[in-house]
Amino acid sequence: MSGPPLTWYLILSAVLFALGVAGFLFRKSVITIFMSIELMLNAVNLSFVAFSYQLKQVSGHIFAFFVMVVAAAEAAVGLAIILTVFKNRETLNVDQVNSMKY
Amino acid sequence: MDVILFLVFAIAAVVCAVNVVVQTHPISSAISLIGVMASLAVLYLLLGAEFLAMAQIIVYAGAVMVLFVFVIMLLNAGSEAKRGRSLTAQLLGFPLLIVFLALASYFIQRFYPGNTPVLFGTFKGGTAQMIGRALFTQYLLPFEVTSVLILIAIVGAVVLARKEL
Amino acid sequence: MNFFLLSILKAAVVAFVLLTTLAYLQWVERKVIAHIQVRMGPYRVGPHGLLQPLADVIKLITKEDLIPPHVNKFVYLMAPFLAVTMALISISVIPFGSEIHVFGTSTWMQLTDLNIGLLFILAVSSMGVYGIALAGWASNNKYSLLGGLRSSAQMISYELPLSIAIASPLLLVNTLSLREIVQAQTGSILHWNILRWPAPQIVSFLVFLIAGFAETNRVPFDLPEAENELVAGFHTEYSSMKFAAFFMAEYANMVTVSCMTAILFLGGWQPLFSPAWGSNYVPTLIFVVAGLIAISHGLNPARKFDRITLPITGVVFLLVGALFLVPAVQEALIPLFWFAAKVGAILFLYIWIRGTLPRFRYDQLMRFAWKVLFPIALANLLVTGLVVALQ
Repeated sequence: MSGPPLTWYLILSAVLFALGVAGFLFRKSVITIFMSIELMLNAVNLSFVAFSYQLKQVSGHIFAFFVMVVAAAEAAVGLAIILTVFKNRETLNVDQVNSMKY
Repeated sequence: MDVILFLVFAIAAVVCAVNVVVQTHPISSAISLIGVMASLAVLYLLLGAEFLAMAQIIVYAGAVMVLFVFVIMLLNAGSEAKRGRSLTAQLLGFPLLIVFLALASYFIQRFYPGNTPVLFGTFKGGTAQMIGRALFTQYLLPFEVTSVLILIAIVGAVVLARKEL
Repeated sequence: MNFFLLSILKAAVVAFVLLTTLAYLQWVERKVIAHIQVRMGPYRVGPHGLLQPLADVIKLITKEDLIPPHVNKFVYLMAPFLAVTMALISISVIPFGSEIHVFGTSTWMQLTDLNIGLLFILAVSSMGVYGIALAGWASNNKYSLLGGLRSSAQMISYELPLSIAIASPLLLVNTLSLREIVQAQTGSILHWNILRWPAPQIVSFLVFLIAGFAETNRVPFDLPEAENELVAGFHTEYSSMKFAAFFMAEYANMVTVSCMTAILFLGGWQPLFSPAWGSNYVPTLIFVVAGLIAISHGLNPARKFDRITLPITGVVFLLVGALFLVPAVQEALIPLFWFAAKVGAILFLYIWIRGTLPRFRYDQLMRFAWKVLFPIALANLLVTGLVVALQ
């Protein structure tokens, strides 16, 4: 019995990426926007690993690994920024953080 | 067997991803995102990327998402208020989305060359040895640069989060 | 025999033994701590309190299972389930012994051997943090939230020295598969990773043990669940079976860390010295001596009913010692004995330390992780790497 064709993995990656973009554009809470960004990064990782399977190389895995590292660093700094913004503006709604002056 | 496993975890990933976007409370979104990452880890295992699957769970689901959950708990983030939605968007949105996804799937299937079936156990190059060898010989410079990047992130986070005296 | 049938059989045996061990581990803990504190411990329920775990299970099942009205129901119900599942899954890759021949096929005494088995255990223990963090948050109670946050921050902080302490013996064995790690330590005690030339891993062993104590929230690192500090911390609002689930998760985590210590540093199921020097008779010797001591104490015991229980215990020990001489079951029982002895020694160390040491304050705990353990683990990794590379 044969397995699923590789294009199914690519379609899944596209669907997850589209959902991430939708969450990024439509949500108002800054933490949920951040989580949609992480969803987009995961979708891209899946694409990398799928292509690495196709081309029988390990470079896709290495790139996905680097994406993971950068995402972790970005999550750390981004959440620190969110904490600082919350401390100053007392709101997590991006619509209300719309001017440099408080 | 591979098809069944793929379908189960792909549908789990999509359902959890829809949940991330749709739920109002950030903690529910965070838990759904953990579900997405766990399902993706199983899909990586099916694609032969065993080290990456474990790294996904250790780093992403086990550290990054814990950070998210901490911040949500500390900031006491509440549910978002539901806003009014336009009827046009609701009526037209879903069917157009399905049509768009069907078109995208058709084009990917039709025009993607080399549609190999993905069988568990075919790709044996994803072990820790292979990744370690590539990481320390061919990709050594990016590896060292990411360590500097992580240092910058740590210093940045500490500076941003400390108490102003 | 069919692979699926064999796997199901192995899983059933391991699950049964594990759950019984968890129940009786609690009995052992209460008895040992009681004797450290010069008192008796559970004594009345069954001979020497042996039926106490059964009584506890009955009590916990029949207790009123109330869900407070102010909690977030889904997360409140999911958190203990998550904690227990993650704690029990990590037993599935632990090798209990060597290859045995049973029912016509040969199989290893291990549920499954992944070639990234070590990373799997690290991954599952990372996921175990969620059970506690979400339990603290879902209870909608400031003490639980504080307890949950502190506990999860402690667990993720100590994951770092834990992982680095694991990396040092990996440099010596060059494999992530638990079965091969144990097989690389064949020989005698001088080949175990803790004493292996050229790089004895004693520092790494100590760092792993200390980080393991912190990972499982045990004394001296149990501030998040201390009763007199935080009103029982993250499991304040939990009752009956969900509370039991958290405790089962804690004991299962203890068992996992002890098994990992035994596998990584103490040679897993390998014997103390090679069978050529007669190590196959050590289990028999130990059990026969224990049986004789029990019988000799039973002749003039301190308490009246010990006149019955002590000789019975002695006879049981003698029979078990004789069982180790039967060649048919020797290849299965002897590696199991050595593994159980090492895991039992480390569990006893856990219980001993609980009865002896006071607990850390939270800032002392975090400072210890980041400023003391982490640099020591890194330095040890550096030195081990240097020694292995220069060899």
